[in-house]
Amino acid sequence: MPQSQRIGLTVMVALIAIGPFLFFPVFLMKVLCFALYASAFNLLLGYVGLLSFGHAAYFGMGSYLSAHAAKMWGFSPELAIITGGLTAMILGAVFGFLAIRRQGIYFAMITLALAQMVYFFCVQAPFTGGEDGIQAVPRGHLFGVLDLRSDFTLYWVVAAIVLACFLFLYRIVHSPFGQVLKAIRDNEPRATSLGYRTDSYKLIAFVLSTTISGIAGGTKAIVFQIATLTDVNWPMSGEAVLMTLLGGIGTMFGPAMGALVIVTMQNELAEFGAWVMVIQGVIFVACVLAFRRGIIGEAQVWLRRPL
Amino acid sequence: MTEFWYDLEPFLQQGTLGLVNGAFYALLALGLAVIFGMLNVINFAHGAQFMLGAVVAWMLLTYAGIGYWGALILSPLIVGLLGVAIERTMIARLYKLDHLYGLLLTFGLALIIEGVVRNQYGVSGLPYGVPQAFRMPPVDLGYMLMPAYRFWIVVVSITVCLATWYAIEKTKIGSYLRAAVERPQLVQAFGVNVPLMMTATYGAGVALAAFAGVLAAPIYSVHPAMGANFIIIVFAVVVIGGMGSIMGSVVAGYMLGMVEGFVRVWWPEASATVVFVIMAIVLLLRPAGLFGRK
Repeated sequence: MPQSQRIGLTVMVALIAIGPFLFFPVFLMKVLCFALYASAFNLLLGYVGLLSFGHAAYFGMGSYLSAHAAKMWGFSPELAIITGGLTAMILGAVFGFLAIRRQGIYFAMITLALAQMVYFFCVQAPFTGGEDGIQAVPRGHLFGVLDLRSDFTLYWVVAAIVLACFLFLYRIVHSPFGQVLKAIRDNEPRATSLGYRTDSYKLIAFVLSTTISGIAGGTKAIVFQIATLTDVNWPMSGEAVLMTLLGGIGTMFGPAMGALVIVTMQNELAEFGAWVMVIQGVIFVACVLAFRRGIIGEAQVWLRRPL
Repeated sequence: MTEFWYDLEPFLQQGTLGLVNGAFYALLALGLAVIFGMLNVINFAHGAQFMLGAVVAWMLLTYAGIGYWGALILSPLIVGLLGVAIERTMIARLYKLDHLYGLLLTFGLALIIEGVVRNQYGVSGLPYGVPQAFRMPPVDLGYMLMPAYRFWIVVVSITVCLATWYAIEKTKIGSYLRAAVERPQLVQAFGVNVPLMMTATYGAGVALAAFAGVLAAPIYSVHPAMGANFIIIVFAVVVIGGMGSIMGSVVAGYMLGMVEGFVRVWWPEASATVVFVIMAIVLLLRPAGLFGRK
């Protein structure tokens, strides 16, 4: 790990450690879940160059299945979250197999359309509870022993899950496998001619990304004790894109930074209703027109070091 | 024989009603395909512009007393000019970048448009009555009675799609357009103003979406989310039809509207997802789309 990233990671861990003493833990847990969701999305957009516009499907199904497992099957929270992750993994394998047949803009449209199919399924399927969602999901006891009803206790568990997944993503990006992904991003025909089966690499990256999105969704369901249609609808896909774009596409810490800014904004402006949507749109437009590197991306250029 | 008809009738009826949805899919897919062909931008804001067309029609009626026929011309004009402004000030800056940025930009625009309308008019629908001229007995098609206004939608949609196809394939301007799609630099070197053509194309595509919005206003309630619901299905339609082919997108639009209708007869719950399932099957068998070339 280069020194700049080691410092970045230290700052992140320090912020996570002192956060709950300064801010409301539930708010911080929301930031953490979305930071993980956006980081998982960034694995695809930033390191394989694939823009998935349907990550809500994996986040949402992870959320639904974790909620269902915890509430109806009585799973302990860690097993419930794993259930959510596995669901997103299977869904990602099927959808990824279909979507990687087309590139670029088509890939975005196909992932969006497939995610919308999942949304309509969730509207109608009985287990999701329709408009009500799955409510009053028990937080339960971690490994059957540690009571998670206290926000403060739960915070450390969520922080551990998110950090572990984040480091896992870091490992993927900086492994030989990750190098091939970046080669595909920069020049796919060349990677093919060097003998790499680019489709397999893309599919594996896709499944890894969806699995972690599902874990993020499942963790969110346990934290807020609810899974709803909002989790699986298309604006949720847009949020992953927005957070990554604002924070910096293809940077390690960018998506987490983007999640922090966007979730804070949503919290502060919640009373203004639909203006949040307008502001998010304005951020999109501004980032695309004038701020394509994003916050961390600009910092990278300024410091001349990777972050 | 009569029994056979008895079984078939619901399919014919729902298929015909599905054609009304198909008419909108076709109009929107047409605009998307034309814009994509010329600008290489997927216009995510297409749904929001469709919705804006309906909202402007409602505003014209409420604030200026201009009725349906006036709105059918004015609303596409207004929204189309907005499109021209958007292309000049924003989209034109992105042509040299990765195409994905066009998608991200127009997604942001869609959020802005939908959010502003939502702030102004709330999430519930605004009423827009069926125009006076169509308050007449339904059209008798033999196997069903079709409300006159819905019949009109299908007729207008087919006419507009054919006219657009004719303009692109058979007129001189259309030949410039097709040439500019293939080789923009060369066409520019011949003295054709390609940037102007791109602006005009975007404006026209957006106007087409607004036109569809005005058509839709009397049968769907005018509300902020009406475009978003449509546009994602239209994306699937375009993937099925094959993005390269304008005619393919249009034909796929009508076809899928009818298929939705058929499915509504024997499995109503699946009618919302059938288009996406067909898209998945098409991707497996013909990744380039039914009418597309790879």
